[in-house]
Amino acid sequence: MADVTQEERAGGSLPDADVAREWLEAMTLIRRFEERAGEMYAKAKVGGFLHLAIGEEATIVGAVRAMRDDDYLISTYRSHGHALSRGADPNKVMAELFGREDGVSRGRGGSMHMFDLERRFMGGYGIVGGNLPLAAGMGLAADYKGTEDVTVCVFGDGAANQGTFGETLNLAALWRLPVVFMVTNNQFGMGTALERHSAVTDLHRRGEGFGVPGLRCDGMDVVDTHRVMGEAIARARDDRQPVLVEAVTYRFRGHSMADPEEYRSKDQVEEWRKRDPIATFAGRLLEEDAIEDGEPERIDEAVVGRVDEAVAFADRSPFPPPESLYDSIYVLGDQLKGWYSVDERSAGVHRGEHERELAAAERGPESAYGQAVEQASKEDLGLDKGADEAQAEQDGAEKADPES
Amino acid sequence: MAVVRYREALNQALREEMQRDESVLLMGEDIGVFNGAFKVTNGLLEEFGEKRVRDTPISENTIVGMGVGAAMTGLRPVVELMTINFSLLAMDQIVNHAATIHYMFGGQVKVPLVVRMPQGAGHQLGPTHSHCFEALFLHVPGLLVAVPSTPADAKGLLKAAIRDDNPVVFIEHEYLYGQRGDVPEDDGDFLVGFGQAAIRREGEDVTIVGISRMALTAEKAAKVLADEHEVEAEVIDPRTLRPLDLDTILDSVRKTNRCVIVEEGWPHGGVGANLAALIAEQAFDHLDAPIGRVTGADLPMPYSKPLEQIAYPHEPQVVEAVLATFTDL
Repeated sequence: MADVTQEERAGGSLPDADVAREWLEAMTLIRRFEERAGEMYAKAKVGGFLHLAIGEEATIVGAVRAMRDDDYLISTYRSHGHALSRGADPNKVMAELFGREDGVSRGRGGSMHMFDLERRFMGGYGIVGGNLPLAAGMGLAADYKGTEDVTVCVFGDGAANQGTFGETLNLAALWRLPVVFMVTNNQFGMGTALERHSAVTDLHRRGEGFGVPGLRCDGMDVVDTHRVMGEAIARARDDRQPVLVEAVTYRFRGHSMADPEEYRSKDQVEEWRKRDPIATFAGRLLEEDAIEDGEPERIDEAVVGRVDEAVAFADRSPFPPPESLYDSIYVLGDQLKGWYSVDERSAGVHRGEHERELAAAERGPESAYGQAVEQASKEDLGLDKGADEAQAEQDGAEKADPES
Repeated sequence: MAVVRYREALNQALREEMQRDESVLLMGEDIGVFNGAFKVTNGLLEEFGEKRVRDTPISENTIVGMGVGAAMTGLRPVVELMTINFSLLAMDQIVNHAATIHYMFGGQVKVPLVVRMPQGAGHQLGPTHSHCFEALFLHVPGLLVAVPSTPADAKGLLKAAIRDDNPVVFIEHEYLYGQRGDVPEDDGDFLVGFGQAAIRREGEDVTIVGISRMALTAEKAAKVLADEHEVEAEVIDPRTLRPLDLDTILDSVRKTNRCVIVEEGWPHGGVGANLAALIAEQAFDHLDAPIGRVTGADLPMPYSKPLEQIAYPHEPQVVEAVLATFTDL
């Protein structure tokens, strides 16, 4: 297993106290958000796959806080934390998980496909390795337009084996594109351990053959991640070249919620949990007097409240109306005529108008739409309960979760 | 009007749109120094320079994906794939990203990307360089699909494609590159709108729909039908498959009561299969005979010239299929 020595980890000094406090807050938000998301999944409020980033918070906050507002971030199917750290509204991120109209992607994307154009969070993507070419394209656009924007492209150790990894690193180096390729090495491509899926396990070295310099950071340490990502982003911006950064980390939960974790030992998980990026960072802040005693608990309390609010918001948000089913398949310009869809079964009705009518008729309680809405509303989240009671319930759910 | 070749018409379209809009750039394998495998991009590197005409490594999935990423962030890339068979290497980016991103992210971002590629048999390029895959792209919601068969349509549709805010799969044909035709001389704004079929020949007796090069084959067959069989065929070239000008086809079928669809691609799940279903759904009562289909043979394209020639449609098969619709049932 790849690891990072104490000497390397000791490289970073703390930022200003208010900055450090904000990092702790941002990591805690991801942790609590993910825990609640898992809980909502167990209550069937969230469907599909749910990939949690618990354990990887330092890789997210360390990277995102090293970026400028104008930089682009593009991520994977494990992207709630990236969206949140970039500033996406937790209400809207949770609403997306709930499949609601107020979600960041209007309920069309779900857990794997968060997006926030305003914050230049250019999406989570469900295809492993699929986002690398997109990142290079964003780098190309920045280069073409002569801006200073850097694109940070996050992917997992499993994605380093996709063809796009070699293709894109070669092209980005050839064209000197300002892209930081950040491989979040959490030791497993789904359930396949790094040493069982990659001949070279020092992933930061895998860019060398393409002319892409590699750096490695301790992905359990937000300070080290921030320092190394800061250096990589500066090199991409100033030297006009791609850089590969390997953040060595570990996910504490399964690959997704549907993962019995038969491929790793409880001892290994426990060893890594000792290096919990949030507890470790909070401890260091207290040790170096950057924050006062009790501050981590106060941050946690505020964050839990924020996440509760997000859950309440998401649960109140309406499902996308049936007549919106065909929205945004196409950008409809004046020059476009004709039949877009086979479902336009009545001549003369174009551009999805007829589908909208059909879909609107499907709104009733007996319809598949109506039944799905009813199903999702069954579980009473107890949002009217007092905060203490809700917290106690949450703690109980955490203990009962077989994956924790 | 000026008479130009299909490849020159495409070249004009690219040149004019690059002159008109700084955000248009070209990417592809051997499109610059080599001037394009089929010379469509001839002279453009010299005129616009390496920033805007970019030779790429042989990495189809990545260059299309880069086109998507660049399109999401303000450029209007035109990516050339050397043949449609190579587009299969880029299918992930075309289907999972180009076609999907606008919808998947709730309409927040657009993907104004054009992916150009030639298809078609006739040059003895064998089983990996000769196929017609328009049906694969027709299958995908989110894409626009153009299949121009004349120099004028090639130019007008490509210009419209570059200006469009949707991802466009623009399917050219290797045989057509050398074909000549009239192209309007204008001020640079000659566009052919998507979703508007062309009626190549009017007729009362049967409707023949020809896709891509087969629009030309259908026209030739129509002439034979008129000269030798006293059958007046109406020949329709849809020009774009998504969106599809089904109304023009249905109006024609309601008039002629017979329809034959001609395509070079495979029969199962083909353009003709799809179109036949649509016509049957919409105009069943107007049909006097089963809808006929003439397609490429249901096999990988063979290399040997005589075999290749019988593996894709020619006029006699179209004539035969049309005459079959007049057989008493």
